Amino acid sequence: MRSLLGKDLLILRRSRLLVGVLVLYPVAIALLIGLAISRAPQRPRVAIVDQTPPGETIRVGTQRVEVSQYARQLFDQVDPVSVSSRQEAVEKVTSAEVLAAVVIPADLAARVGSGTSQGELEVIYNGDALEQSLVNSQLRSALAQANLGFSEQIQSAAAQAIDALLQGGNLGVLGAPENLIGLEQIPAVLKRVIDRTPPGPDREALVRVADFADFAAQNLTVSKRVLTAVGQPIRIHSTLLHGRRTPLNTFAVVVAVTVSLMFVAVLLAAGAVAAEREENTLARLLRGLVSREQLLLEKGLLGAGCALVVGLAMLGGVGAFVSLQWSRAGLWVLAAAAGALAFAALGVAIGALAREVRAASLLAFVLSLPIALLALVPAGSVGAGVYDVIGAVSFVFPFKAALQGLDAAVNRSSPGLGPALVHMAGLIVVFGALARAGLRRGQGA
Amino acid sequence: MSVALSVQALGKRYGELQALADVSFEARPGELIAVLGPNGAGKTTLLSIIAGLQEPSSGSVSRSAREVGWVPQQSALYGKLSVAENLRLFASLEGLADPAAAVAGMLEQTGLGERAGDPVGKLSGGNRQRVNVAIGLIADPPVLALDEPTAALDGAQRGRLWEFLTRRRAAGTTVLFSSHHGSEAQRHADRILILAAGRLVWDSSPAELIASRPDCDGDLEEAMLALLGELEPAGAEAP
Repeated sequence: MRSLLGKDLLILRRSRLLVGVLVLYPVAIALLIGLAISRAPQRPRVAIVDQTPPGETIRVGTQRVEVSQYARQLFDQVDPVSVSSRQEAVEKVTSAEVLAAVVIPADLAARVGSGTSQGELEVIYNGDALEQSLVNSQLRSALAQANLGFSEQIQSAAAQAIDALLQGGNLGVLGAPENLIGLEQIPAVLKRVIDRTPPGPDREALVRVADFADFAAQNLTVSKRVLTAVGQPIRIHSTLLHGRRTPLNTFAVVVAVTVSLMFVAVLLAAGAVAAEREENTLARLLRGLVSREQLLLEKGLLGAGCALVVGLAMLGGVGAFVSLQWSRAGLWVLAAAAGALAFAALGVAIGALAREVRAASLLAFVLSLPIALLALVPAGSVGAGVYDVIGAVSFVFPFKAALQGLDAAVNRSSPGLGPALVHMAGLIVVFGALARAGLRRGQGA
Repeated sequence: MSVALSVQALGKRYGELQALADVSFEARPGELIAVLGPNGAGKTTLLSIIAGLQEPSSGSVSRSAREVGWVPQQSALYGKLSVAENLRLFASLEGLADPAAAVAGMLEQTGLGERAGDPVGKLSGGNRQRVNVAIGLIADPPVLALDEPTAALDGAQRGRLWEFLTRRRAAGTTVLFSSHHGSEAQRHADRILILAAGRLVWDSSPAELIASRPDCDGDLEEAMLALLGELEPAGAEAP
């Protein structure tokens, strides 16, 4: 078997184009998938027409909030393109220079400040159904964030107005009296006056005023808390049921490495087995020189070994840019080796069933990529029935198990390395048996 | 008389098709035997069972697969490896004590010494077939089975191949080869086995078959066709 492995490595060394493709292609695909997963979605490019007069404010009690704050909040949520008129905005949407346009009308301050009606924005967008759906959802999210930010500004202004009423002082508002007494100070002041006032109707009236001031101060304090609660009625507290939270960027690394392992191991193992058949050497080898099991093991080790080298080199290389726990490197190697062997087992099965290298490569490619993508479909993104089917398909191929194993090794994610290793061992046995049957069928025919 | 190979009541069935039925013969050391017959007669099936590529459905072969050198019709070689590397690989897989000596010896016998470093993929068809035969003989087996070894060769290449095989016969190797060319069998074979519909219908020297058909002007191919023509009804009835 050592001679056969040496022969395959020699042939591989002489097939520079094949080696180049086998290494570069999966690395390129893996990096693309990794980038696609790890990068936050780009902010939508949106034209914004702010028709509100410059410096216009909304009055909240004694406070004022600049209307331009809203536009600023919106600018933070999108990739903004300032335009001066609605017509210009429509042209930019039509020419697809921007995904959508938002028109902030001139009467926004008046409507919000009226306290009886809501401000209204105009959203202009274009494109096919997919783009409309994307723009709609992205803009809704952006506008919701902007609304939340703006309402926090208004809420803050309202809270300051309440504080001014409660604590008094100089309000800084044109026409307001200086050194104004606060509602909280009134009961104490009145108590001193009441103490000096003889019993009678005047004293009773003063006691009633003091009681009112005390009651009003208490209720205004409560209303400030209510205002905060209404401004953000629900706070989010996250609880992860089990395991450890996997940062998106290190998960992307795991995905990228798993994809590389898969392509190199499956394509190489499948191609190596099919090449023996294509060169007519399979029959010569199997007539007593090597057993079917030895041949499959050799091809599997070839594919898995090369994949492991590529995968670990990639993990090490990416590790220079992403924070990884190097103390767990032993577990990475274990998980990557198990994954590579499981992929190689799939590869030898494909190679044994296919009659020629081209068919084996095509089958390996056509089978691997969708399986990888299916295994990445998150729960909840499709219907329960479809997800169950995807889960069943993913279970019988090594990608999901290899991904879980590597994720557990790198990120300590749940359900841990053990179950993934057991799963992969089972798949190695199943695909090994399938490969053996494939070779027997090929020989018997 | 010593026996190099004994085939007894060999049968092979692929589902409903009886590819071989009750084939028996013995071969002596240094005998050169041609296996002849029309397409589908069972020539390749017989040789591949003798070489251990397939299991027979019934009957037995006295030699194990490792004792029979095998030369398939299409060369079974690694095109990216050189001539010497191909030979060295199979010498190692055969478990030879001194693979390097076996490779050197085979390069000398086949006259491929000067091409030892050339990639097999760049050799001519004739030279590739010489490497193909050399691999079949690398372990110096007592029996060599060749499936239509000259099918893809031109006249000169055929001549060189027969020269080589004749030397092997002289060295005591029993050589069995299948062929469509009656003339090759007539010129080189000590004995001919004629198969029809999986059955062995003739086993003698070429001269005996020719002598049995005086109207064939001494041509083995015509004698064989005449024989097969006479047997056709029997062949049609064969299961």
